[in-house]
Amino acid sequence: MGSHALYGKIIAQLCLLACGTATAQMELTGSWTPRSSEFLTGDGLPVDFTGIPLNEEGRIRALSYSESQLAMVERQCQGWPAFYLVQGPFGMKIWSDTDLVKGNVISYTIGAWEDRAPMTIWMDGRPHPSKYAEHTRSGFTTGVWEGNTLVTYTTHMKAGFLRKTGAPSSDETTMTTRFYRHGDMLIVMTIIEDPIYLAEPWVLSRSLQLSATPMSPIGPPCVTTYEGSVGDTAPHYPPEKNPFVDEMTKKYGVPRDAAIGKPETIYPEYRKKMAAK
Amino acid sequence: MRVFLAAALALALFAIVPRAAGQAATAKAGATIDVTGYWVALVTEDWRLRMITPPKGDYSRVALTDEARKIADAWDPAADQAAGNACKAYGAGAIMRIPSRFHITWQDENTLRVDSDAGMQTRLFHFNSAAAPAERTWQGYSNAEWQKPSSLKVTTANLRSGYLRKNGVPYSENAAVTEYFDVAPLSGGGQVLLVTTIVDDPRYLQQPYIVTSQFKKEGDGSKWDPTPCTAK
Repeated sequence: MGSHALYGKIIAQLCLLACGTATAQMELTGSWTPRSSEFLTGDGLPVDFTGIPLNEEGRIRALSYSESQLAMVERQCQGWPAFYLVQGPFGMKIWSDTDLVKGNVISYTIGAWEDRAPMTIWMDGRPHPSKYAEHTRSGFTTGVWEGNTLVTYTTHMKAGFLRKTGAPSSDETTMTTRFYRHGDMLIVMTIIEDPIYLAEPWVLSRSLQLSATPMSPIGPPCVTTYEGSVGDTAPHYPPEKNPFVDEMTKKYGVPRDAAIGKPETIYPEYRKKMAAK
Repeated sequence: MRVFLAAALALALFAIVPRAAGQAATAKAGATIDVTGYWVALVTEDWRLRMITPPKGDYSRVALTDEARKIADAWDPAADQAAGNACKAYGAGAIMRIPSRFHITWQDENTLRVDSDAGMQTRLFHFNSAAAPAERTWQGYSNAEWQKPSSLKVTTANLRSGYLRKNGVPYSENAAVTEYFDVAPLSGGGQVLLVTTIVDDPRYLQQPYIVTSQFKKEGDGSKWDPTPCTAK
């Protein structure tokens, strides 16, 4: 072996060591089945905003919501914003789009579900568009690797709901999501921030497990149907007259302050306040 | 040739120096993340199952075996309290799900200590993998290891049988608890600790019980409020 060939071999082997250290990313693609033992949708009763740190304006909007809105033809297929990714009962089908020359990942896509649009995570360094750009259900998402954690940032989501029970989200809402992989588990944590309706960031997480069974990358098409006239206005309640405001109290003994999402109720010391009453 | 040698040397340094730095003499010196400090639970999920004691028989979303369901249906908090078992819901299988503050410190160079103010429990995460003692306790015996690039894995056994929820949803003394600790920044300079808890218990669980819990870092212990375990 000539000296040049020998040196080349040494460099190649050292490069393997070095490159292995520098690119500590994890495989994100595949079918991931939900494994959480948590009730993340939180939509068992109409007024269940427990655990959501709503501000006063958010609470008023939330209490004015009526699920009958979903009977309106124009709202039947509206779907839910990107944060439904962490709350819904579904798994995730994730695939990548690769630059065929350089081999790098241009984007990841998380497939759709029945009432959730697909999400594209741009990995090519492109900037977020102007704040006046179009807002969509899934928003605009970019991602970067921090070690072996994928960190994504989502903006440009249409105004929607933090929870199916009507807790609102504005079109200024942002979502920072971290994808951690531990063995065959994928842990997804998201931090939702909304200067309009939240008093502080809302942190949620869920777990999924790698599945050998392929998951569908698309949801079934949404087909609207006429469910009868709801009159001239969208169904709603005057916030102070929501007939379901005490359902959580009657059924589970949850104090009203907690049911309507007062921020102090997400901290442990609120248990002492409850005990003192 | 000189170019080759220079390149080889540079690459060797790039590859080897970080590894040498990673081979720390103690667990404390080799920590891949800093989990120490005061952390407060953010009860943003499962609020009614965590902040208030659920009614007897509410074991929704827990895949119990028939034997475990009978135990859950026979839950008697007064009997637990009287028998000195008020801490059954504060064991390692559930403690990180309890609304509490946690204070994480280094007990020594190879042992992390986790104290809770709710239930006043203490967990020790051993990085030097000593043999577990025979005695079973609420917190069991925990082995810990740093995971590169930035995570902490803890496995716990030698547990006393306990509850996954305060309403008597059981795990057996043969349960094994695996946890992952991850830290993330929060806007405004804060930090979030994410703890993934996986409870394997072939006797009482048909499949692993998996929850992920969030905690926010606090600047000091001014809100630390030790309170004893309660069975109800």
